[in-house]
Amino acid sequence: MATNYETHEFDVLVIGAGGAGLRAAIEASAAGVKVGLICKSLLGKAHTVMAEGGMAAAMGNVDDRDNWKVHFADTMRGGQYVNNWRMAELHAKEAPARVHELEAWGAVFDRTKEGKISQRNFGGHRFPRLAHVGDRTGLELIRTLQDHGIHQGITVFMEYTIVSLLKDGDRVVGAFGYDRERGRFRIFKAKAVVVCTGGLGRAYRVTSNSWEGTGDGVSLAYHAGAELLDMEFIQFHPTGMIWPPSVMGILVTESVRGEGGVLRNKDGKRFMYDDIPDNYKSQTSMDPEEGWRYTQNDKNAKRPPELLTRDHVARCINREVKAGRGSPHGGVFLDISWIKEKIPNAAEHIKRKLPSMYHQFMQLANLDITKEPMEIGPTTHYAMGGIRVNGDTQATNIPGLFAAGECAAGLHGANRLGGNSLSDLIVFGKRAGEYAAKFAQENPAGTVSEAQIEAAYREAMEPFERSAGGGSEGPYHVQADLQNMMQANVGIVRLQKEMEFALDGIQKLKARAAKVAVQGHLEYNPGWHTAIDLKHLLTVSEAITLGSLDRKESRGGHFREDFPNKDPEAQKYNSVIAKAADGSMKLRREPIPAIREDLKQVIEEMKN
Amino acid sequence: MNKQVTFKIWRTDENGGGKLVDYTTEITEGLVVLDVIHKIQKEQANDLAVRWNCKAGKCGSCSAEVNGMPKLMCMTRMDTLDITKPISIEPMRAFPSIRDLATDVSWNFRVKTKIKKFNPRKPDAADGTWRMMQEDVDRVQEFRKCIECFLCQDVCHVLRDHHKHEEFIGPRFLVYTAALEMHPLDTEDRLPELKQAQGIGFCNITKCCTKVCPEHIAITDNAIIPLKERVVDEFYDPFGWLWKKIRPQG
Repeated sequence: MATNYETHEFDVLVIGAGGAGLRAAIEASAAGVKVGLICKSLLGKAHTVMAEGGMAAAMGNVDDRDNWKVHFADTMRGGQYVNNWRMAELHAKEAPARVHELEAWGAVFDRTKEGKISQRNFGGHRFPRLAHVGDRTGLELIRTLQDHGIHQGITVFMEYTIVSLLKDGDRVVGAFGYDRERGRFRIFKAKAVVVCTGGLGRAYRVTSNSWEGTGDGVSLAYHAGAELLDMEFIQFHPTGMIWPPSVMGILVTESVRGEGGVLRNKDGKRFMYDDIPDNYKSQTSMDPEEGWRYTQNDKNAKRPPELLTRDHVARCINREVKAGRGSPHGGVFLDISWIKEKIPNAAEHIKRKLPSMYHQFMQLANLDITKEPMEIGPTTHYAMGGIRVNGDTQATNIPGLFAAGECAAGLHGANRLGGNSLSDLIVFGKRAGEYAAKFAQENPAGTVSEAQIEAAYREAMEPFERSAGGGSEGPYHVQADLQNMMQANVGIVRLQKEMEFALDGIQKLKARAAKVAVQGHLEYNPGWHTAIDLKHLLTVSEAITLGSLDRKESRGGHFREDFPNKDPEAQKYNSVIAKAADGSMKLRREPIPAIREDLKQVIEEMKN
Repeated sequence: MNKQVTFKIWRTDENGGGKLVDYTTEITEGLVVLDVIHKIQKEQANDLAVRWNCKAGKCGSCSAEVNGMPKLMCMTRMDTLDITKPISIEPMRAFPSIRDLATDVSWNFRVKTKIKKFNPRKPDAADGTWRMMQEDVDRVQEFRKCIECFLCQDVCHVLRDHHKHEEFIGPRFLVYTAALEMHPLDTEDRLPELKQAQGIGFCNITKCCTKVCPEHIAITDNAIIPLKERVVDEFYDPFGWLWKKIRPQG
């Protein structure tokens, strides 16, 4: 063998160090096994830091009518009943304990007047439920886990990228990757592997995700034989920044509309009044005056149409832009400054209620939101779909392989409620760590063939070899073309022929990706890293497109212009994607297991 | 609307040295420094090494020295810079170079592991948790806003000019220690280490760290000075020392 690789051996290897990965690593190490943790960036920089609103847990600190049953029913309703009901049950029951555990590890949440953890209202949650720290809850979560985890004896590998999972027969027994700093390849042997790699928003041009959100874990698991679930469900958040270009996609919190912000098109019209879905008509006010009172906590007033569900608002914005009624930079206007007509000292009021939004626009867009409207547009935010897991253990269909967090699927169904992602990370991160440790304790180490490692090495190094030959291109162009294609054809509003075009386009891009060449050497080379990420982006893009083509209805994050209504029959299945024997991607529909009777009753009770 | 700008970017060479290399490119309205770096990376220097993640000032990855000032590149708008002159972009100089704009900040992660972890008192509320009032956690929450960009470490002359990395933990970890020491639930005592191994005495309150903090944490006034006072009270107050000797025991 030409190359000798440094080898690290662990009982449990966790890939990804956001909220879910850190929580899994902490749990596994607490079980007494040897744990390795791979970070794609530096420790504590993962995308979890971007979460603003809070983590949902039915503690009942602010409204004692709240309990796990209400949270469970809210999650199922939000997910439009294609959720994994067992995960929704465990999540609702265990989230409060996980939040209290964070406090015991040093987290400092905002407090109620009685000195308890404060909880705030959020879309789709019946009672105030989100434990929070101002608008930086994600930072508090990741820092707390990081500062606790570094004393647990976990071996942390910062700025490492995994290029392949290693197998022994059917079982996953490790991973192969390199460090970004020097480009040295390493073998990580492990009795169990937990994938916690987060999102895949980078498959789209406009996204709230950082460069890391390239679907690595979903793709690694898929290529190792794991099944993917419900990949068609992508959440497009209605309000992302669109100007200046540097900040395109960055979130503008829902709270702006909650505080009375209104959406207008270029003619100054509040276009949300034009399309109110039938099932929300009774709860929505057609009177702007009443809508304003709702935002000012008048419990007898009905909500303004700006506060309809995320998927609907995103589609209405999309409609205005496509009809040529958008703002100069291709979005619409979100205006909170207008409330100066209603209240004295409006500028101070806005700064106090929305401090980070005020600073975000002031600093990045040089725009004072107390004086001028913001320009916003929908942004790719969250993948509800991902790796299929067992609800109790987070095990995949591949022995030794577990997954948790955004890259795993099931909890959120067709649409995730705000606040349910941070609680997802800690509830199922813990479970994944616990069951991965158990698996490691019960199974001997596997063996990895040299041929497997050499194949992975050759694949990763190929872009360098190509640079000598002709007919190749740089990785950034292929990446940009993929993002533009997904944005245009498998975005917020989907059509059969556009998605067929995209599916064909993905095959062509795969051919181009196979010829991508990079310059320079192995050390900290972003061009090379982008070339390697392309495989993952193409894999998840194909899965999203296949799932979207197959689901001939509109539900949650998946909206089809050619099938604009919900199909009751389609509520009965999940889409399962797996790699066929010939290497092609295949989709099958699988019936959702019948819900347990007691949980069914909870849902019925909560409908009243 | 398009304008030309020249960036002088620090590029390392194979021998561990480096030099400023000129890149001229066109910029449009509304860009930040990191956008221009990415544009140059895409068009002229595919292998230019730079760290970044969130692009919203929340993760603290893209720290660098822009015209000699420690800044987050994602939060530095181009229209705040004079583009009629070349703009220098250099890595944080208080840390060893890895490549181009990426520096080896691993020292910071090692320092943190040496600080005694959070150690809460036993839960004392009936439901097995704690009660804390908002006014009692306001100060700790200020410290916990830290995004670990390490710009305060970069600008601190004790580290940058005097290289006291083995004797001084730097502003970031004084803020970290202050958050633990002032946490209403914490029971640990970190003052002996602050005085000795962590070298709080090296700080002579020039407040450079406070000036560069992108989270506007009052590092010197709210964290370092109160910690210095605690150390003084514990170890250098003669009346306090005498009282500890003669006070009734038990």
